[in-house]
Amino acid sequence: MRKTLLESLTHGSLTEPAPLPDDSALAELAAKVDRAAKARLGRSLAIREVDAGSCNGCELEIHALSNAFYDVERFGLRFVASPRHADVLLVTGPVTKNMRQALERTYNATPDPKWVVAVGGCAIDGGIFRGSYACVGGVSETIPVDLHIKGCPPSPTDLLKGLLALLEHVSGKR
Amino acid sequence: MGILDSIPHVQAVPSHRPWPRAVVTEAGWQAAIDRLVEGGLTLLGFWGEPAAVHMAMLDGGSAEIAVVTYECTSGTFPSVASRHPPALRLERTIHDLFGLVPTAADDLRPDLRPWLDHDAWGQSYPLAGRNASRDVRPYQFLPAEGEALHQVAVGPVHAGIIEPGHFRFTANGEHVVRLEQWLGYTHKGIEQLMQGADLATAAKLANRTSGDSAVAYAFAFARAAEAALDIQVPRRANYLRALMAELERLANHFGDIGAICNDASFALMHAQTGILRERCLRTADTAFGHRLMMDVIVPGGVAREVSPDGITALRTLLADIGEVFPRLIELYDNTASLQDRTVTTGIVKADYARQFGAGGYVGRASGRDFDARRTLAYAPYDHLSFEVPVLDTGDVNARVWIRIREVEQSVALIAQILDLMEPGEIRIAPPAGRGGCEGLALTEAFRGDVLVWLRLDGELRVERCHLRDASWFQWPLLETAIEGNIIADFPLCNKSFNCSYSGVDL
Repeated sequence: MRKTLLESLTHGSLTEPAPLPDDSALAELAAKVDRAAKARLGRSLAIREVDAGSCNGCELEIHALSNAFYDVERFGLRFVASPRHADVLLVTGPVTKNMRQALERTYNATPDPKWVVAVGGCAIDGGIFRGSYACVGGVSETIPVDLHIKGCPPSPTDLLKGLLALLEHVSGKR
Repeated sequence: MGILDSIPHVQAVPSHRPWPRAVVTEAGWQAAIDRLVEGGLTLLGFWGEPAAVHMAMLDGGSAEIAVVTYECTSGTFPSVASRHPPALRLERTIHDLFGLVPTAADDLRPDLRPWLDHDAWGQSYPLAGRNASRDVRPYQFLPAEGEALHQVAVGPVHAGIIEPGHFRFTANGEHVVRLEQWLGYTHKGIEQLMQGADLATAAKLANRTSGDSAVAYAFAFARAAEAALDIQVPRRANYLRALMAELERLANHFGDIGAICNDASFALMHAQTGILRERCLRTADTAFGHRLMMDVIVPGGVAREVSPDGITALRTLLADIGEVFPRLIELYDNTASLQDRTVTTGIVKADYARQFGAGGYVGRASGRDFDARRTLAYAPYDHLSFEVPVLDTGDVNARVWIRIREVEQSVALIAQILDLMEPGEIRIAPPAGRGGCEGLALTEAFRGDVLVWLRLDGELRVERCHLRDASWFQWPLLETAIEGNIIADFPLCNKSFNCSYSGVDL
């Protein structure tokens, strides 16, 4: 194992350059994020992930953001354990009716200013589960959404593009 | 002797393949339960329809399976769970979805507390096909009483990036006296969405039953449809399916091994296995055009060929794993602080693993020698050579080691498949107009066997489909495994099981 670690030191990092922020995401955000919030947050966002009934595919790719290739923390993006510590709720799933109240409560527990990012096809409009007796269908039907990241599931690069767009906008860099 | 020889039945259903299904009267149903209780048979699945309940059972010795059906003419059926605990959550689900009521003698009173129904759907018994109302009462957790006991409630929103579920711990100081799980938060109504769907739509839904097992579910669903239609898929399609299934197993086992170590505060392993997992997903993307390989396996074969780059990428992946993984095994084996957390923690008793028919690493770490790839030997595993690792200590450490050994087997399997695979057809069209038919299939996912039971109508539309994740029989064992451990070790135990929430809630 020591050999592996030494090799890691000499071979350089696996971490890849950041993708450009998603343009359509920037456009979506332009209307929603106000200047005061930008000033308060700087270039750092704490993210609370909420699974509102996904198949777990989106969670797997969100997990991947923390691996050595994407290393999301280098952008000041980090996942936190409590909504009380969060600036961003990253919500997946078609919002099952059994999760609706928990999602609302998590949203209410998150201090202002806050943003909601809906991740994956289900979170946009229920996706393949739309019309089910057990699903609300789309995060925006339960809590206000600031940004959608498409895909089934979105790849870590897609997620990163969306989150970087949010970060750029929040920090008022553009 | 076949399973049905010892269970009196009135009528066999001819269109059910490849194993028999028979309708039984109450005497036959009780005889089937007797066989489960005495341990001669293992419960594989238990599901409902508006006016019937079905049980799939396995004879582990002969690798034979049979389904028995009880017709609920008065809306009731004799309770299985009151005599055979592994059936409990499935029985509560049948009651939630269909309104069928399990009955038993007073001293064995069935548990009718809801399981999936959290009183949020706006309707009762959504799959019953009739309007009915149910009494709504606040959910009652099982009591645990004692002067020093306190309760800790966790979830449904947890501290990490994890699926939602509720855990109610009763603790004496730091020690867990009782854990009760309440799931259902990710119930999406998949089985109802499937009703009336065409095969392609239903296959997509099956793919999204549990995202980490997308390949295994698609594989099981396709095989159930092919069994019902009595068709054989081309040889190459079978190889491609197994290639994807093993790649999925590798990715998940790497993820799990790292995550378990991470929960024991050993982040280095998590970082290293995270790299291997990402390499698997990128290989999958190159070879099959999707990181989780969703929608590639379809009834009749596979939807796309493996890309030429994909074959190269797969061989490179195997070489990478061969170089790095042995060092990681050594690291795990030589880190005393890690072993201190995993050895003798969260023990699943061998008796429970057998009684519950626990699949995957949970069962195999507790001495249950079952792997659908070998015991049921479906194509192409019937002519691939591999070993099924089995241990008997049943602790977190054993579940890690089973995964380690399975990684080695999957690497060998992928290498074999790459050598054996020859050019050829990859898909055949399902025959139209065959009339109503039924199929059952079991496929080995990374966490255990997935069962799919399917009934198609003459237009190849799904009349009823039931998907049963391995986790149904693993979650209850987690409740037993945590007893006597400290609450702080729960994440470690939980991760070593890595049960599916979505796969159970459906």
